[in-house]
Order: sequence, then C-alpha cells, then structure tokens
Amino acid sequence: MKQIKSNDVMLRTVTRVVTFIILSFSLYLFFAGHNAPGGGFIGGLMTASALLLMYLAFDMKTLRKALPFDFTALISIGLLLAIGTGVTTMLLGYPFLTQFFAYFQLPIIGETELTTALPFDLGIFLVVVGIALTITLTIAEDDK
Amino acid sequence: MTVLHWATIAPFLLAILIPFFYKYARRIHTGWFVLILPLVLFIYFLSYIPVTSSGDTIMNSVPWVPSLGIYFDVYVDGLSLLFALLITGIGTLVVLYSIYYLSKKNERLNNFYVYLLMFMGAMLGVVLSDNLIVLYVFWEVTSISSSLLISYWFHREKSTNGAQKSMFITVFGGLSMLGGFSLLYVMTDTFSIREIIANVDLVTTSSLFLPAMILILLGAFTKSAQFPFHIWLPDAMEAPTPVSAYLHSATMVKAGIYLVARLTPVFGGSAEWFWIISLVGITTLVWGAISAVRQKDLKSILAFSTVSQLGLIMTLLGLGSASLYFDVGAEDTLYTTAILAAVFHLINHATFKGSLFMTAGIIDHETGTRDIRKLGGLMTIMPITFTISLIGLASMAGLPPFNGFLSKEMFFEGTVNATQFGIFNMETWGMLFPVLAWVASVLTFVYCAIMFFKTFTGKFKPENYDVHVHEAPFGMLISPIVLGSLVVIFGLFPNLLAYSLIEPAMASILPNLLEPGQQFDVGISHWHGVNTALLMTIGVIVVGIVIYLMMKKWSKLPFYLKERDPLNRLYDNGVSGLISGSQAVTRAQMTGSLRDYFVYMCGFSILLLGYTMYRYDAFAIDTASTSSISPFMWIVALVFIGATISIAFVNHRITAVIVIGIIGFLLALLFVIFRAPDLALTQLLVETVTVVLFMLVFYHLPDLQRRTAKLRFNILNLIISLGVGSLFTAIAVSSFALGQDANFESISEFFIENSKELAGGYNMVNVILVDFRGLDTLLEVLVLGIAALGVVTLIKLRFTGREDV
Repeated sequence: MKQIKSNDVMLRTVTRVVTFIILSFSLYLFFAGHNAPGGGFIGGLMTASALLLMYLAFDMKTLRKALPFDFTALISIGLLLAIGTGVTTMLLGYPFLTQFFAYFQLPIIGETELTTALPFDLGIFLVVVGIALTITLTIAEDDK
Repeated sequence: MTVLHWATIAPFLLAILIPFFYKYARRIHTGWFVLILPLVLFIYFLSYIPVTSSGDTIMNSVPWVPSLGIYFDVYVDGLSLLFALLITGIGTLVVLYSIYYLSKKNERLNNFYVYLLMFMGAMLGVVLSDNLIVLYVFWEVTSISSSLLISYWFHREKSTNGAQKSMFITVFGGLSMLGGFSLLYVMTDTFSIREIIANVDLVTTSSLFLPAMILILLGAFTKSAQFPFHIWLPDAMEAPTPVSAYLHSATMVKAGIYLVARLTPVFGGSAEWFWIISLVGITTLVWGAISAVRQKDLKSILAFSTVSQLGLIMTLLGLGSASLYFDVGAEDTLYTTAILAAVFHLINHATFKGSLFMTAGIIDHETGTRDIRKLGGLMTIMPITFTISLIGLASMAGLPPFNGFLSKEMFFEGTVNATQFGIFNMETWGMLFPVLAWVASVLTFVYCAIMFFKTFTGKFKPENYDVHVHEAPFGMLISPIVLGSLVVIFGLFPNLLAYSLIEPAMASILPNLLEPGQQFDVGISHWHGVNTALLMTIGVIVVGIVIYLMMKKWSKLPFYLKERDPLNRLYDNGVSGLISGSQAVTRAQMTGSLRDYFVYMCGFSILLLGYTMYRYDAFAIDTASTSSISPFMWIVALVFIGATISIAFVNHRITAVIVIGIIGFLLALLFVIFRAPDLALTQLLVETVTVVLFMLVFYHLPDLQRRTAKLRFNILNLIISLGVGSLFTAIAVSSFALGQDANFESISEFFIENSKELAGGYNMVNVILVDFRGLDTLLEVLVLGIAALGVVTLIKLRFTGREDV
C-alpha cells in the first residue's frame, strides 16, 4: 500500500477532532442500543470506521502507538466474553444465554437498568471491531 | 447428574488430563494413571449386580435438548450392565497390558491413551443410554476413536488405509442407523428405547417398520463386521495389539450385537428380523471361518475368527427372536436357548479372544514376527504364553471343559431347536442352520489347530527371527493369565454367571415373556446326556482332526494361497471410483471463475425456487389490496433501477464503486423510509467501511477491461439474469398476497409485546439480537471471526513455494 503523503495537514487536523467525535458517538450508540437505535454491532462498526479513518490519515505506526492491541486477539476476547455470558447463566442452572435485567440506583446517573445483555453486546462489539480492523489491515499491509 | 452419569463421562474427563500427565510425569508410564479409572468403574458396576439380578432396573434422567426429545438418560438393566462390565473389565486388563506393550520412550502415549479413553467413554455411553440420539452420538464417537486408534502408527500407509476403511464402513452404517432412529421417532414420537418398547404396537403396525428395521440393522451389521461389511475388521488389525484385543474382539464390534439385542423387543418376532439376522449371521459365520483358515498371520487369523464368532452370536440372536413370536413364557427352553447361548457366548468370546489377541501380541513383541510359516517350536521357550494360548484356542475350538465348549454346545442346540419352529418357512429351510453351523465349527477347529501347532510345536529355528526370543516380562502376562483363568473358571463353574449376569441380560432381551417375579431357567451343565449337540461336537473334533492332518495336501491349493478377501476388490474399486467421480464433479464445477460460480448458483436457485413456486401454485399477484406509492418513493425506486442498470455499462473502476455506493445509500434511505433506523445505521456503516476497504485495495487492482464474449455466452447470461430478476420479483409480490391468504400471524406482535417485559429493552431489534435470538448473533459473529481468520490465513500464510504447509 502506498502511504498517503505526509503533507495532508487538513486531513490530519480534521481527523484528530473527528475521530474523538465518532468514538464518543459510537460509545453512545453502544450503550443506547438496548432502548434506542444502536447496539454492539453498530457501535463496533462505528468504532472500526473511526480507527480506519485514523489509519488513512496517519499510518500504521501511529495507529499502533495509539492503540497497542492485537486486533486478532480482540476477536477471541469478544467471542469468549459473549460465550462466557451464556455459560455463566448455565452455571446458575438456567438455559444457555438466558438474559437477566434489573434496575439499580447508581450515583450521578440515577436509576439505571443493568442487564446481562450488556456484556454479551460488549462481546459482539469487540468481535466486530476486531474483525473489521483485522480484515482491512491485513489486506492493506500485504506488500506482495 | 447422578453418579451413574459421571461414571459414563468419566473417561472423557480423564482424557482431558492425559496430555498433562504425559508432559509433566514423563518418568512414569502414562498408562498407570489411566489404569485406575476402568478398575474403579469396574468395581462400581459390579455393585449393580445385586440390583439387576433381582430383576430391577435403574433409570436416571438429565434433560439435554428437551424440546427435541433428547435426554441424557442412563439406564442399567441386565444387558447394559453385562456390557459395561465387559468394557471396564477388559478395559482394565488391556490398559495394564498396554503399559508393558508400548514403550514409554518412543511411543506417543498421550495420543494413545486419549483415544483409548475416548473410546471407553463412548462405549459406556452406547450401552448405558436409553435415548436413541444420545446412543447415536456415542456410537459415532466409537467409530471416530477407533479409526484414530487404528491409525495410531500413522506413518504406516497400511494403518491409515485401515483406519479410513473402518471409518467409511462404520460411519456409513451409523448414518443409516440415524435414519432408522428417526423413523422410529416418527412412528412412536419418542427417542426413549423403553418407551418405544412399551408402545411396540405402534411400530409393528406401521408401514415404516421394514425401512426402519433395515436402516438400523445396517448400522449394527457394519459395526459388528457382518458379511459383507466385515472387510474392515482384518485391516483394522494394523492397530497396536492392545487395541485389537479391546476394540476388535471384546467391545466395539459387539456394539452391533448390543444394538440387535437391545432392539429385539421392538422388532423381534417378525419374519423379516428373524431371517435377515439369522442369514447374515450364518453367512458371516461360515465365511469368516473359511477366510480364517486361509490366513498366515496370527492376528489375521484372529481377526477373521472374530468375524466368524460375531456371526455366530448374531445368528443366535436372530433365531432366538422367534421366541417373541410364540410368546411362550419362560419355561419353554426350546425357543429361548438361542438367546441364552448368544449371551453366554458373548462373555466367553470376550475372555478367550481377548487372551488370544494378547498372546499373539506377546509372540509378535518377543519374536518380531506373526507369520505362522516362520514361527514354530515356541512351546518350551515361552511356556506361559503357550499355556494361555492352549486354553484360549481349546475354548475357541469348543473343547471341554472350557467355556467355549459349553456355549458351542448350546449353539448347536439352538440351531437344532430352530428346525422345530413351525414358522417363517422353517419347515423347509430350517436344516440349513445346523448344517452350516456344523461346517463352520469344523473350520473353526481347523484354524485353531493350525494356529496352535504351527506356532508352538515343531522345531525351533533361531535363524527365522531377527531378535533373541524369550518369554515375555511378567507384567505383560498378567492380563492374558487373568483372562485365561476366567476361561477355565467359567468353563468349570458356568453357573457362577448364570443368575448374576446371563439371566438378567436375557430378561432384557426378551422382556415381554416374563411374568412379574418370573425368571428364565439358566442351568448350564457339562453333561446333559447323549443328544444331537454332543454328537455334533464329536463330529467336529473327528472331522477337524482329519482335515488338519491332511493339511499338507490342501495347503498347495489356490484356495489356501489366496489370503485376501475377494470382497476387498469391490471396496477398492468403489473407493477409487468415488475419488475419480468427485474429482470429475469438482473439475466441472470449481473452475476458478467467479462467473461460472454465479451461473451455477443462480441457475440452481431459479430451478429450485421456480419449481417449488410452480409446484405449489404459489404465484399470486394481488393488485387489489396494494398500498399506494408516494411520489418520492417513485424517485428512489427509479434512481435505484437506473443505478443498477448503469453498473453493467460502467468501464471505470472508481465509477463502478461510486455507483455501487449509491445503491447502498439508497438502500439505507429505504430503511429510513420504512422506519428501521437500526438497519439504516448498519447499512450506512457497512457502506463506509466498504469504501475504506476499496481505497486500500485500489492500488492492487488492475484496470477494468471490457471482455468480449461469445454471443451464446451472453445470451445464457441474459437468460439467467432475467430469470433471477423476474423470479425474485414474483416471489416478493406473491409473498404479500400469500401472507394474507395463509393467515399467518405476524411474529412481530410477540416481540412488540414482550421485549420490554422479558428483556427490559425498548429497542426491539437490539433485544432480538442480544436476547431472544442471542445464539444466532453469537454464531453469526463466530462466522465473521472465521472469515477474518480466513483472510489472515490467505494473506499472511501464503504458500511461498517451499515445503511449509
């Protein structure tokens, strides 16, 4: 992949700001998902697109410095988290992937609904981010 | 989960630990860790003898997939207990033997014991499960683990071929058996064997009776190496000898026998069952004995002898099933003798064949050869091996006072009795059974004599062996000694087993014949007067000796020289035909051109869907109740169509990407119009990520080139694309009208009502994704993960031309 020339001041400046906006919006989408449009899949795609934008504007080195994860490992962590949610309910004697929810009074936020769908969705989120980045970066970094 | 469940799956649990023992306790032979388990299980199962011998059964249930009728039910009655004891008892001895047989220095013991434990657990599962599906799952695990064991020395081509052969044949049988089980479910609406037996009228009166029976018998016959499926068993002898002793004589091959015995109450008493099993059994008996006589390798002789003996047991089960037809009660031994003989011979065969395989292994281990043309004069050099072999062979040949004599006599009695049945045309064909049984027994006597005299008598010639010949170490002798002693003990005191094991097993094979509290009469004695069976035995011995003495004459005949089973050629041709056939199909279909794939896929969907719609008269275009289309919808639709058509005429890649992007965004717009914000959002994001992907790969892609194709090719493409387009339009339009006709209730109502109630979320789409259909989501992302792995593998681990795959 031919790298984009380093004098794209506009692109880089805008990217710095926009990435954070997209990332925060994707987090919002992720948490809002249970009651409004959004969720793990969409949030994950949104995050992935923010990171890809960073990759386009800067380069691999910068991206790795900013996010020192192995994206392939992210897939397995996400899958394990999602499966783990299901297995946990099994250990308590319920069928696989039974979800629970309850309302709690939390400081600052007020009354909040906490549900076991959240870690499950987080697993999906991580898998989607991992997959999108793994596929794109593997193809992009291929120098043959 | 009860103790019984844990006992069933304990071998699997131990198998997980084996690699650790192998890695971190190298100085101790891994077998010692394994040995404890079958021993403990054997003692545990012994404690059930008082229960089953008093006529009780034990049933413990654990739901597995209750909605499909699948329960992990363990069921202990006489029959399953008998098998469980064989599996764990012989298993203990085999593991003990293997500790001395396989050297810990240069064998991959971790693999061996993992496979062996897998096999042991699967076998226990087969005999203890009451649910047919669970039984089937364990059944296939025995096929898999046994092929892994056969190919244990996988660097030998013969081992892998033998493993493949056993896999092909037994899995073929297993799959048809699954079909038979499904038919049983269709007839009785349950997978539980006990419930099927309780509702046996549903089965016998059904038109599916015969298909179900034949499919299930295919499973039983392939597993128990019945003619003509027996050809895998001799090739399975490439496995290490402990495996042969365990799987191929004592346990796995008897799974088919178990299945036939277990289902006798369901199918027994019908003419088809009687004839199929008896005829296949007697053919196997005779054919196995003929083939065994021709072999020159000790293990091959034993392999064919196993085939033959399994045929014997199968014949007896077939003949005995007639007693269900008469419904005579327990006193009339005329009909039940055959079942008694089958159960008794099953035990005896496990003892003498197990010990014989082990001594054959010892001879192989200590002399380096199993060829009877090389062996000879081992009597004085290996006295203990000699003694055990003598006992085992005498028992197999049916000589008194060993247990084989008793069951062989009963076998004769059973076949003679069968001639008196006034059913199923036995008046005319009945004499077939005693005559063939007698012939096969003479041959059995002959091959036993060959094995004995060629190995142990004659002059010892040290130049025939590459190694120094000596008696085996004591540890290796323990197991055959134990089995050999059992042969003698069961021979001298047969009634030791009569009411503890044999009678309960008979009671489970023929449950309906007994009144509550009644028992079968199982008096086994050596001397029961001069009757036909005794005369037949004397005849066997006399004629057998004469034939053996004339061996010099007939050993030159081509009959004796052709060792390989002629049916193998059929199998070999079948396999090579299968391979070349599938290669031809692959070559025609996998051309590597994306266009060809699309032609196949689209053509197939046109034919399949078009035919289905036509067949059910489902093309229904209802213009009366269609809703009106607002003007902006027209605009979106027209742009949609325009963009789609223009793709075909674009010849610049960037333009093509942009046009495809337009289609994607229009689709998102449609989702917005139809109030599906989640879908729209997803669609938009997917489009965005796709654009990024395109940007990354542009650099690598060649310029678009307009290819000129032949007219015929273009016309075909035109037809296919028009066909797909119009078909899907028709389906989409019809589904609207049909949905109203059929009065299907929309499932969305359920989600609207319950998503807040049951899952605590207002976003229905998300609730469906993470809660109601969470498993789908989980597996979908799993698929995505696999796709990502595929991309990584294709690109990062690309084949570079070196030998690194």
